[in-house]
Amino acid sequence: MLESRRFVIIGFFALVGLIYLFRLFYLQVLDESYSIESSSNSIKRVIEIPFRGQIYDRTGKLIVYNTPVYDLLVTPYKARVDDTLRFCQVLGIERRDFDSLMHAASAYSRVKPSLFLRQLSKEDFASIQDIMVDYSGFEFAKSSLRTYTAPTLANTLGYVSEITRGQLEKQEEPYYRQSDYIGQSGIEKIYENELRGKRGTKFVMQNVSGVYKGPWKGGELDTMAVAGDNLYSGIDLEVQQYADSLMVNKVGSVVAIEPKTGQIISMVSAPTYDPNILASRYFSKNYAALARNPYKPLFNRPVMASYRPGSTFKLIQALIGLQEGVITPESGFTHANCPVGCHNHPATGTVALGVMHSCNPYFYNVFRRIIYKNNIQNTFKASAVGLDAWHDAISKFGIGQRLGIDLPSEYKGNLPNKKYYDRFYGEYRWKFSNIYSLSIGEGELLITPLKMANVAAIIANRGYFYTPHVIHGIGDGKKVNPDFLVRHETGVDSHNFDPVIEGMIGAVEGGTARRSRVEGITIAGKTGTSQNKRGDDHSIFIAFAPVENPKIAIAVFVENAGAGGSAAAPIANLIIEKYLTRKVTNKALEERMLKSDLMSKVILPGQKKPISPDSLKKKLISPDSAKKKLLEKPVTAPKKQ
Amino acid sequence: MAENKPITKNVDWMVVLIYIACLGIGWVNIYAAVYNPEVNMSMFDLGNNAGKQLMWIGTAAVLIICILVIDYKFYETFSFIIYAVIIFLLVVVLFAGSNINGSRSWIKFGSFSLQPAEFSKLAISLAISKYLSDPAISLTRKLKDYYPIMGIIALPAFLILLSNETGSMLVFASFAIVLYREGMPGFIPAIGMVTAALLIITLLFVKWYIAGAIIVIAGLVIWLMPVMTRRRGGLWATIIIGFVMIGIVFGVDFFMNNVLQKHQRGRIMVLLDPDSDPRGIGWNVIQSKIAIGSGGFSGKGFLQGTQTKFDFVPEQSTDFIFCTVGEEHGFIGSAIVVVLFVSLIARLVVLAERQRSRFARVYGYCVAGIIFFHFMVNIGMTIGLMPVIGIPLPFFSYGGSSLWSFSILLFVFLKIDAQRPFTLSRG
Repeated sequence: MLESRRFVIIGFFALVGLIYLFRLFYLQVLDESYSIESSSNSIKRVIEIPFRGQIYDRTGKLIVYNTPVYDLLVTPYKARVDDTLRFCQVLGIERRDFDSLMHAASAYSRVKPSLFLRQLSKEDFASIQDIMVDYSGFEFAKSSLRTYTAPTLANTLGYVSEITRGQLEKQEEPYYRQSDYIGQSGIEKIYENELRGKRGTKFVMQNVSGVYKGPWKGGELDTMAVAGDNLYSGIDLEVQQYADSLMVNKVGSVVAIEPKTGQIISMVSAPTYDPNILASRYFSKNYAALARNPYKPLFNRPVMASYRPGSTFKLIQALIGLQEGVITPESGFTHANCPVGCHNHPATGTVALGVMHSCNPYFYNVFRRIIYKNNIQNTFKASAVGLDAWHDAISKFGIGQRLGIDLPSEYKGNLPNKKYYDRFYGEYRWKFSNIYSLSIGEGELLITPLKMANVAAIIANRGYFYTPHVIHGIGDGKKVNPDFLVRHETGVDSHNFDPVIEGMIGAVEGGTARRSRVEGITIAGKTGTSQNKRGDDHSIFIAFAPVENPKIAIAVFVENAGAGGSAAAPIANLIIEKYLTRKVTNKALEERMLKSDLMSKVILPGQKKPISPDSLKKKLISPDSAKKKLLEKPVTAPKKQ
Repeated sequence: MAENKPITKNVDWMVVLIYIACLGIGWVNIYAAVYNPEVNMSMFDLGNNAGKQLMWIGTAAVLIICILVIDYKFYETFSFIIYAVIIFLLVVVLFAGSNINGSRSWIKFGSFSLQPAEFSKLAISLAISKYLSDPAISLTRKLKDYYPIMGIIALPAFLILLSNETGSMLVFASFAIVLYREGMPGFIPAIGMVTAALLIITLLFVKWYIAGAIIVIAGLVIWLMPVMTRRRGGLWATIIIGFVMIGIVFGVDFFMNNVLQKHQRGRIMVLLDPDSDPRGIGWNVIQSKIAIGSGGFSGKGFLQGTQTKFDFVPEQSTDFIFCTVGEEHGFIGSAIVVVLFVSLIARLVVLAERQRSRFARVYGYCVAGIIFFHFMVNIGMTIGLMPVIGIPLPFFSYGGSSLWSFSILLFVFLKIDAQRPFTLSRG
């Protein structure tokens, strides 16, 4: 009887064997999750971030490049810091920071390295790497930092920073990961896809301690990192910095364009800041200080600020009048019967003289003729028809619309049409007498400095323009954006430009801008004085030179600086001379413009009077001063344990 | 007589072949487990575990030849003496043993170290077989006949417990199989299994719920019971059984929280929920399951396992050697190993049953039971069906002591079996 128990026993053995076979079948064949876990365990994806593209100026000088920097990483479970005090001293951080950084790293992962301090310079790295050997669990990782050869072009170039949560979620194809860098403004933003290059991915095997154990599958799935495309700009760095120096202690813009190509030669947004401060590890502190600054240094004035064009607009009025045949070059107007005032000047018997002396009644009459076209049967209807025709003609100069420059947030300004006034007054309930201030560039017109520079370029070209652009070549093949090769016609015949240019030459030689004329260069220019609600008028000047073969067209806007001839014209003409001859003859004028402090006249929003401008640099931490701070710390030789 | 016939004629070649297959597969996998792609190492290099294992295999072969040459009567005659020698060694190791991984169970001879606990299985097997070879002993009727058996097991168990080698001690549970075969009432292993089941249930659920469930089931049983059975004492039997079960539930709870050490409790908890402590005790189980599970149907290939190669699985060449098999050779490799073991054990039972002497049969069952228990617990722990108990996989795991002890255990039985045609039945 007991012998039959052998079957029970063998049965039990077989049952266990079967259960194990089923379990193995389940684990190995049915349940896929284990093989995935095995890969995530031992196979690590290593991302190689390529160098961002560099940016060059028109002479081949570097504007932006990359500096290798070192990120300090910590692996919390390995980290051993015996004397926190010295550790903090060496790194130049507070005990508080140390605790919170360590806490954040531990919260992320105890076993994986996470960022402790970012972007230590090569010098810092050299000075602390020997000391860091004493602290286990810390390692350095190479990364790179945007570096600018000159403290200029901050708003044009823009900055790169860590991708925000919002951007991370909004991206269409998932390219960026947390803590990746992305161009946030300016050229860095517009050309992000070209500049960022191609990230490389390597699959490597690692053992349980995370130690590298060679490439996975012999590296057949790896991709190489490809450095970003270099960008070639039309910026003339020397002129740019000269323009910067002239705009110190002023609020405003300078935009200089090469008329034949539309390339931007110089673009100043004043006040400005050193772009290097936003590329340091003090980014957030510095950014906050810039954002708080009442003069808004982060506001890219050349493309975002809008002004009334003032008298500079008279040039366009004259051109439209001539083109439409409502005036001839010999048309003359007097001050009689005119609601707009004027200053004392000789008689304006021709278009050239009207432009030269910037006669308000002259252009009142020109505009009147453009609108009514001698049809005064029904002034309401004629105004409506005339204004829309005028609007279309002006639009061809790029006014009231985006030009399409390769910079973000371009403001389109305002160019009123029939609809616009209908909203205010009702259809056919307004006529020329309601809108005549447009004739002299006041009223509802809003225009950016960039557009005004473009107008100068159009006049220099006698009738056409290319979309102004900062970058004209992408990559080593200098690929060109085809949009920038399209010639935009204004529809104004080139002979109609002659009287206007003659007037502009006159304005510089003996008219409103005579005090800033340059010996040896024929400059055609036009001053403007833009009325505004806050404080003194804005000083505006647009010009191009040399007249015979225009190489530069420029617009200068200086806020609250008064008449166009007093600030904008001298600055523009100094820049023109610098660009054309590489030297400046009128040293006295240069000296005066460099020193003049027009910022104190600027009335900030919400204030009645100008406040004394506190220096923006005070709150900022420049990478240089930070370096000094780090090195000044007493770094004592480590005690060997 | 038999003595002049060559041993090769009568030895059971099926068992020998399975034994050789296990050693071969085991050795190759030890090499895979210790293989380091950065170092060009040989399977024959004594500097690594694979090379050393080959040496152990060689010495085991010498031992086997000795066993087969020695007269078969030696083992029966000297059973108690062998037992006494092993007990002596277990005592010696308590005082003179060197401490490895927290257990004081190794005797060092120069660069060799030997673990007497491994040989206690052989000693107990021989002693029990010798004791039960007395035909007057009956496990069916006389309770007092159990006492010596309990004593034979308890003495080395106690000594092993003192040296902190709990895993080896648990193997003695496998003697329940031979005792069952020899007449132990069936309810005793049944109680053991019910207790084990209750233990697991207790750990998974709130004990009051379990108690409630037991009462409900007992009520149902009484209600469904034929009236006659109930009157004959079925009522009280059921009530008592129910109370005993509830007692076990609470006892288990008490045992878990107050008797077991923290790491032992952890090992049992991890069995139920490996994710409860993924970086701690659960690590072994999770990583070993990942290793085996990632092998797929046909495995990643020899020396291609990432999980075992990069040390994610601990104790790869010893207790977790099956992970390497599972990862590199997949379901096919794993199944072959399981089938090999089940065939070996079944064959041993068949061999045991054909013995004419009770001594030989009991000893055969002891060997089958011990190998089975090791197989069940070791592979069970790597696939998450058993708690992590550090006992080796016979013939596979790296280690001289275990290889020697299993080889001796097995070949003593094969020697006795080979003499079977020439022995007279006594029991």
